[in-house]
Amino acid sequence: MREITNIHTRQILRDRVVQLLVYAAVLLISMVFIWILADLVRGGIAHLSWEFLMESPRDAGRTGGIASILVSTLLILLTALLTAVPVAWTTAILLVEFVPADSPFGKTVRFSLHVLAGVPSIVFGLFGNAFFCIYLGLGFSILSGGLTLACMLLPILTSTAEAGLRAVPHAYRTSASALGLTRTAALVHLILPAAAPVLAAGLLLGIGRALAETAALLFTSGYVERMPDSLLDSGRALALHIFDLSMNVPGGDMPAYASALVLVGLLLCINTLAMKFAYGLQHRKIMT
Amino acid sequence: MLTDKLLIGILRAGAMMAALVMLLILIFLMHESWPALSTLSIGRFMTDASWHPLEGAYNLMPMLSGTVLASAGALLLAVPLGLASALFIVFYAPLHLATLYKRLIELLSGIPSVVFGFWGLTTLVPLINQWNPPGASLLAGILVLAMMILPTVTLTAYTALAAVPDELLRNAAALGLSRWGMIKGVALPAAKTGIAAGIILAVARALGETMAVLMVAGNVVQYPETLFDPVRTLAANIALETAYAMGDHRAVLFVSGLLLLLLIMVLSGMAGLLEKQRHA
Repeated sequence: MREITNIHTRQILRDRVVQLLVYAAVLLISMVFIWILADLVRGGIAHLSWEFLMESPRDAGRTGGIASILVSTLLILLTALLTAVPVAWTTAILLVEFVPADSPFGKTVRFSLHVLAGVPSIVFGLFGNAFFCIYLGLGFSILSGGLTLACMLLPILTSTAEAGLRAVPHAYRTSASALGLTRTAALVHLILPAAAPVLAAGLLLGIGRALAETAALLFTSGYVERMPDSLLDSGRALALHIFDLSMNVPGGDMPAYASALVLVGLLLCINTLAMKFAYGLQHRKIMT
Repeated sequence: MLTDKLLIGILRAGAMMAALVMLLILIFLMHESWPALSTLSIGRFMTDASWHPLEGAYNLMPMLSGTVLASAGALLLAVPLGLASALFIVFYAPLHLATLYKRLIELLSGIPSVVFGFWGLTTLVPLINQWNPPGASLLAGILVLAMMILPTVTLTAYTALAAVPDELLRNAAALGLSRWGMIKGVALPAAKTGIAAGIILAVARALGETMAVLMVAGNVVQYPETLFDPVRTLAANIALETAYAMGDHRAVLFVSGLLLLLLIMVLSGMAGLLEKQRHA
């Protein structure tokens, strides 16, 4: 009897120890996360102002603001999205609505995108430099950077859109065809609207990914910090600006902190919104 | 019906483009690295005296060792912490805390690598420097990388653990297993392929990570002797030198990019196989 209680107390003790370790790990991670955020806020808040957002950088970014950087970032982002979104969403629609899941064509496309999703961003940078900048002759430009990012965004945009379309109940499709709708009409009026929240969530995740990217833009969109005149001008993205200020500009820490704060703030908002869309859909599915 | 045909045509064109991007990337990497692969023997990437590309010495091994060591160190930290986080979300935390913590991890995964690098440079490196100079070191790289792959480990392990059938857990509880007994004896074995796949993905991410490591690891081409020695990883090397590299030097950088890509493709292939096994 004593032996059994002994084992029992040992088990309780072991449970407690494991629980303690798990809580310690969680506490550690949460604290590091808060540490990073607090550091960024403390370092950046003093330098952050309306003028900082609205002025162009001077003296290699030590003074002035980030207006031209924000414009370049926006242009790169728009180029990437306008190229990637049509390709990704048409691919997703084809894979879900028109091709059987195990057809050779579908399998090939899915495999190719799966591999693409694993390519590290620096390799995208190499490819973009060789293909867009040199082979297509676009040079170091916003266009090259945006197109490189578009390649990078394809997998995430396609897979989220695919998941969203697959979550639309099959009854929608059968009812539409029973009513005599063409498949195009069913898609446009019924299936896409139903999948819209997930498409939006995927889009937001893609935007977040694009804003966070540095390595792929390093030798595609270039380093020039002045206001871009056209898409063929070189333009520096916000993430790259932080990198340059902290690594290459002595005394660039303050504006780097402020820029990092802007970037992280933007990304936290975008990703929280994306989660809202995605979770909102789950709730609705439970309700109906 | 005509609109349907037209639509399918457009969709097919889009999907073809999506599929061709990967092929295009492979072709261009091969094409750019061909000058080096055809004129230099592969052995030279391992046996050359050092990495002095301007004098024609192309030893990639110190950088490869930097990549492997940094990733391995990051893994040693991130796997236990990530697993503990996943266990916390699934088994230990009350519901609202679990949701909150999961959101936090998801937000952590959205923080850009350049911000991790910047934070490491301004906070971690000075701290390590006080302890054991120079600060910019393998250790700093490992710590920053660990934070970056932690969400991957946590979220994949969470998905795998949450997919363990309730029935199994209830049976374990009915047999009077303690909580840790249930986790160790039932939940972890049932979820192990999913967890392993997630860990492999995290390794792939660590191998390819560039900016954060570049900013904190010191970038000296050498075999590190201690955790406090600066190292340069393959990805960091590409980022540092591609801007001015010409001729063979540029081709060798593309070779290292190709090497990185192949390593990661093998890893994600393995992860894919494990996932398939799980669903079979």
